[in-house]
Amino acid sequence: MSMSRRTFLKASVAGGVGISALGFDLRPAYAAVRQLKIRNAREYKTVCPYCAVGCGTIAYVHGSGGLNTTNTIIHVEGDPDSPINGGTLCPKGASQMQLAISPRLRKSPMYREAGSSEWREVDWDFAMEWFARKFKESRDNTFIEQDTQGRTVNRTNGVAWVGSATVANEDAYLITKTMRAMGLTYIDHQARI
Amino acid sequence: MTNHWKDIKNADVVLVMGANPAENHPCGFKWALEARDENGATLVTIDPRYTRTSAVADKHLQIRPGSDIAILGGLIRHMLANDLHHADYVRAHTNASFIVSGDFGFEDGLFSGFDEAASRYDKTSWQYEMAPDGFVRRDMTLEDPRCAFQLLKTHYERYTPAMVAQIAGCSEEKFLEMADIICSTGRADRVGTIMYAVGWTMHTVGSQIIRTGAIVQLLLGNIGRPGGGINALRGHANVQGATDHAIVAGILPGYLRVPTPEQATLQDHLEASTPKPLVEGTVNYWGNYPKFLVSQLKAWFGDSATAANEFGYQFLGKQDGDATWLSIWDEAHQGRLEGFVTLGFNPLLAGPDVPRLLQSMSRLKWMAVIDPFLLDSAEFWRAPGMDPAEVQTEVMYMPTTHWIERDGSFTNSGRWAQWKEKAIDPPDGVRSDTWILSELFWRVKELYQQEGGAYNEPIQNLTWNYLNPREPTLPELAKEINGYDRATGQLLDSFAQLTADGATSSGNWIYAGSYTEAGNMMARRGTDDPTGLGMHHDWTWSWPLNRRVLYNRASADAEGRPWDQTRAGIAWNGREWIGDVPDYGRTTPPGGPGAFIMTEEGVARLFSSALADGPLSEHYEPVESPTTNALHEAVAVNPVINWYDGVRETLASEGDDFPYACTVYRVVEHEHFVTLNVPLLVEAMPDFFVEIPEGLAAEKGIENGGRARVWSKRGEVEGVAIVTKRIKPLMVNGQTVWTVGIPVHWGFVGATRGSMANLLTPYVGDANTRCPEFKAFLVNVERAEPLST
Repeated sequence: MSMSRRTFLKASVAGGVGISALGFDLRPAYAAVRQLKIRNAREYKTVCPYCAVGCGTIAYVHGSGGLNTTNTIIHVEGDPDSPINGGTLCPKGASQMQLAISPRLRKSPMYREAGSSEWREVDWDFAMEWFARKFKESRDNTFIEQDTQGRTVNRTNGVAWVGSATVANEDAYLITKTMRAMGLTYIDHQARI
Repeated sequence: MTNHWKDIKNADVVLVMGANPAENHPCGFKWALEARDENGATLVTIDPRYTRTSAVADKHLQIRPGSDIAILGGLIRHMLANDLHHADYVRAHTNASFIVSGDFGFEDGLFSGFDEAASRYDKTSWQYEMAPDGFVRRDMTLEDPRCAFQLLKTHYERYTPAMVAQIAGCSEEKFLEMADIICSTGRADRVGTIMYAVGWTMHTVGSQIIRTGAIVQLLLGNIGRPGGGINALRGHANVQGATDHAIVAGILPGYLRVPTPEQATLQDHLEASTPKPLVEGTVNYWGNYPKFLVSQLKAWFGDSATAANEFGYQFLGKQDGDATWLSIWDEAHQGRLEGFVTLGFNPLLAGPDVPRLLQSMSRLKWMAVIDPFLLDSAEFWRAPGMDPAEVQTEVMYMPTTHWIERDGSFTNSGRWAQWKEKAIDPPDGVRSDTWILSELFWRVKELYQQEGGAYNEPIQNLTWNYLNPREPTLPELAKEINGYDRATGQLLDSFAQLTADGATSSGNWIYAGSYTEAGNMMARRGTDDPTGLGMHHDWTWSWPLNRRVLYNRASADAEGRPWDQTRAGIAWNGREWIGDVPDYGRTTPPGGPGAFIMTEEGVARLFSSALADGPLSEHYEPVESPTTNALHEAVAVNPVINWYDGVRETLASEGDDFPYACTVYRVVEHEHFVTLNVPLLVEAMPDFFVEIPEGLAAEKGIENGGRARVWSKRGEVEGVAIVTKRIKPLMVNGQTVWTVGIPVHWGFVGATRGSMANLLTPYVGDANTRCPEFKAFLVNVERAEPLST
């Protein structure tokens, strides 16, 4: 028997009724559409962290957003509204959630002593105490108030700061403001190399 | 970029040279495809490799690495010899008519004024000739042999198609086909764009390559116009912003200048930094330099910056000489640099000559590495070949937040500052960049208060008025960058409101208008595009003043009529300029000041004394070249590059066996090194490889998928051999030149490991920027044994 699309549909409906006669009512299951995994997520408009095309992205986050809750990122996709990328992403951008939650992200400062072949986990107070102490010592050791020609220069060439093209503008500005006030002139970032 | 990503769709010709955007900027590159598919544009590539961009281009020209100026100089000669340039534009909007000093000359590879002992130029003879009225003499007929136009024409006369072919290794016919496509935009109704990246900058003549590209675009009348411009494709999310905010040697935020020792007073500095107009009535916008600098000093030192103390000018360190990457590490190499801080960066893999860099790092007393991931740089003391016991450098690694755990803005290549929302909290134990920096600041400040020490008034007086001084918020910083009227406390709308008397503050004048009383302009997400040209003025915010195409006054003729009505940048309607945010005053009628408001000439510079290595460009060979300089054998390389101690000995020289050219590049699956932490991307592109042309591979017995070793005078790499048709042998100066390609992404710490490309590269940089010559050097190649399993 040849079956038209119409008779096939009729047969399917009849079959459905037949199954429900066995004690299962499958109609709700047929009617239910699988929910999107982002259904209850909150959306954040952000920007891809890789190259400087600046693709708009949307990060989807689970969690109530309350102060005592843990938010979990579940998906990142291109922002269809962005006039730059119109929702598209490249292989790097499309996998950026794996960067956000990479198992290789570190959680603690670590210190390596002179001549040692190992790291040692340290707390932030130790790390910052060390950092500030070293910074000041080297600044004091190398600060030049006047150059050999007697001109005021007020700088140190004993400490350098390099980076970064990956920080936000606001942090970039604060780095420059702070390091210039410290008297550093050896300041550079990825744009050079 | 002078223009922006979506604007590329407006072009008739897209030239991609020194870049490979299909691979490295895929979502931006789609606008080039849109131009091709929707606008009938011609897409062309010029590159040492047949790239993924070439694969979708209408035409590709393969050239030898380091021969870019020969190609671009050849384009200039071709268009001038055949009258293909946009003559009205050149006359109205460039310094073609300016008369140059009679002492200017060029002979045997050297411009006039060369000081051999100092390896530098005295630029006196490169200056304009001044008329009795105090302004530059001009000849609007462009016939005076000393006008910039004629000097340009004479200079590039030597770049004949035959000479171009001899230097670059392409055929004359293919070069001319390419030249005709590119030069087809030298008309009012056509426009072309150039997309370039570090394939242009990473040479000892990098700045001059870009200048030659700019000259090409000016002669074709393509600057300032939608679909035109000269567009640098930047490689990190915020390279543009970090540069604007001057994490850069030699500049302060907004491209202000770091004071020098001879500028003893603020007045000295302002006089040296504020240009005077060279043409009557020109806008000369940098004439406002004092307003920008004083407002920045007010943002930094607040009430401590007064007229009486030169607004804190003496708080700024004065820099003597170069302070860029190569000089920093040279200082370390000589044992003078004690401490090195790096944030969001992997210096060991990024810099040239890794063996030398490892020596330099080992001579530091201490290093602080701040990054979300533990980097190769933090573990330099156990890099392959290093003995940790011999490295006395103390190292602190500090884990920091990354982009998605913070708000703040990134500025893309097109100068669009895009605010991003914070999506998730950082894990316990991780601190933000802002926290680490603030903590460092406070602790150092307090140590000085307790113990005293070297001159620390700038630290004690630095403004830090944030609600939580131990971790300022990024909106607070964004407002400080934008600037305030200090009397009313109101945020400014524009840098036009800045003053030089301390009444205003602005951390970075070019960002004035980004965060106003109306709110955070960078957070806007409006999608309207009334011009239809893709400008989208309501989507985030672009500097300056939300202008989408720089120099847009030049998109119209002397009378204010757009060169092309279908792609009008701005147009004069009799009362005001409409279209993009005009760079000319909104109600300033055409016919007044010159179109290029940022130059003291009021026009764009075909001839310029700004660079160190010549007022026009010249082809010089890479410091490691497989051939002689066909134009002037005695002056083979750029004569004014800086040679650091011991570097000449690390270059291939006479008698060494390094016969092959080599260049480095990225692949789409990776972004430098950070992607070695992303499982999907590591899986997609796991291994370091070496790309070897078919004929060369056959000669060396190297099989596709086998292994190859590549070495330079500095180091060696080994990896999977990819035998390729994408790089052909070229006939250069009568001999065959092979080119080998190396990707840059591997190190010894990531989820996948492989040779560091920079083991091979030379420690030498551009004469102006000192950007290293990563893109052209010499190597040798041999088959390597398969890995034992």
